[in-house]
Amino acid sequence: MARVPVRAEGLGKTFGRGETAVQALGDVHLVVAAGEVVGLRGPSGSGKSTLLNLIACIQEPTAGRLLLDDEVVWDGRYCIADLRRLRRERIGFIFQFHNLLPFLNAVDNVALAMTLAGTAPAAARLRARALLDELQVGRRALAMPSRLSGGEAQRVAIARALANRPRIILADEPTAALDSERAGVVMDLLRQLAQVQQAAVLVVTHDEKIFDRFDRLVSLRDGRIE
Amino acid sequence: MNLALADIRHKLGRFLLTCLGLGLLMGVALSMVGIYQGVVTEALALSRSLAADLWVVESGTRGPFAESSRLPGDVREMVARLPGVAAAGSITLRTAEAHAPQGIIRVQVMGYEPGRPGGPSAIDEGRGLGGARRELVADSRARLPPGATILLGGDRYRVVGTTRGLVSSGGDPLVFVHLHDSQDLQFKLAPPTARRALAAGGGAGSTDTVNAVIARLHPGADPALVAETVRRWKHLAALTDAEQSDLLTRSVINRARVQLGMFTVVLLFVSAVIIALIIYTMTMDKLREIATLKLIGAPDRMIIGLVLQQALLLGGVGYIAAVGWVFAVRDVFPRTVALGVAEVAVMAGVIGVICLLASLLSIRAALRIEPQQALGG
Repeated sequence: MARVPVRAEGLGKTFGRGETAVQALGDVHLVVAAGEVVGLRGPSGSGKSTLLNLIACIQEPTAGRLLLDDEVVWDGRYCIADLRRLRRERIGFIFQFHNLLPFLNAVDNVALAMTLAGTAPAAARLRARALLDELQVGRRALAMPSRLSGGEAQRVAIARALANRPRIILADEPTAALDSERAGVVMDLLRQLAQVQQAAVLVVTHDEKIFDRFDRLVSLRDGRIE
Repeated sequence: MNLALADIRHKLGRFLLTCLGLGLLMGVALSMVGIYQGVVTEALALSRSLAADLWVVESGTRGPFAESSRLPGDVREMVARLPGVAAAGSITLRTAEAHAPQGIIRVQVMGYEPGRPGGPSAIDEGRGLGGARRELVADSRARLPPGATILLGGDRYRVVGTTRGLVSSGGDPLVFVHLHDSQDLQFKLAPPTARRALAAGGGAGSTDTVNAVIARLHPGADPALVAETVRRWKHLAALTDAEQSDLLTRSVINRARVQLGMFTVVLLFVSAVIIALIIYTMTMDKLREIATLKLIGAPDRMIIGLVLQQALLLGGVGYIAAVGWVFAVRDVFPRTVALGVAEVAVMAGVIGVICLLASLLSIRAALRIEPQQALGG
């Protein structure tokens, strides 16, 4: 049976303690299967980013259970010691503002993710080139991020997210800075990659023009799934 | 790929400008170290050049540098006849203002008898003093080339040679003149004053007075023993060259030395604070990049390496700039900036340690950056 990339069971997050405690997320049950592209929507402050942070293991949950690839990651405490290793090997991140390192060119930005995971620099650059070609930004491989257009930069960021063939791709408003046409291209890419790599793609978005591009839309309100 | 170098290449102009600014600051600190060393070098320059083994001065004084000392001119013959003494020479020392072609200059006038101890050990340009009067040998710091003339105490002197690096403990250039000239300059009364003294029943007074007698000893002679012999004459005191050097560094220039030393320490402290702030600002400028690196799984050692390498590069390039400009302009300084390989190397080590310590604050801050800071706008 195929492993489930993301499974949240009653996941919750409360900030602060006692009277000042604020529950940002409560009792979230979410499963994202391999090859599935799921949208996460909701008004500002509904807990979308918090949920993304919990799944990415960059914020610690306060309740529930989190399993990645059927492995228990959090169950009252983190069950995996090296969370950064988990992130670099299993999770790919795509940000609203691409977050490419401004001092590395496109190919080095992609290759860095692989060298961090232990790939030899030459092999990493080779695969980075191939990924950029695949995402149709190969001719911009040596360009610095400041020289890339918004769409090109986002495709380089996607290439970086895919560099280590992650099982989970988490995207935070990946199309917010793009026009409809480019947003559609990015979503097509994510869908294609989800299917080819059998990865689970979870996209936080406010962007109504791409709502129809998801397999499933999950709505959050006041920290709970509607 | 080296992230520190890549980041520096990306903002090369800014990095170089920062290094240049830091280099100016480090250069000031390095100059202070050089001036500190220079004060010691200058203070000892004359005594080293004279190569005296023994300094005979007036009883109860520690002259002629630390205190005023006056001796009758015939003391030289007495000292010269002592067992162990190879040669002895009388010297006079006084500060004077001279009218030079470039204006009024302040000099330390030293009188000696040519052919006897008391003259400069090396002539840089021209010749040393001969038998003629009203000639002088000036240190290059006085900017008097051979052939130039200056007015000193109402008499015109001709420069016949120059020396290099011979200045007084106060930094004034030394000029060497014939002993009789210096005695006239120092002890001869001006004509109206002499007439007044004569009218008062006194005389114009003898000018056969010197400030000290220096002696060179035969090889194997014990300076302490000869000094002890000199001290038996109740009107004389004697210091070995080691005692004179000690007196010069511990007493004559002590206040200046401590002042410069403290100022150097303050400058180094200020440099450390500024370096720490620059490195901290450089690190905080990369807050989002560091957060992104952490988010994509970069280990802490990579973040530490990024900050540390940049801190050391900043310090290294800044220090190279500092050494470059200090060595380029050190001759323009009014006082000697004595910097050798040892001083430059020790200062490089100090700068390295400062950079290391200064980067600790930034490393701590970088390690506290949360990966989620990479998310959102």
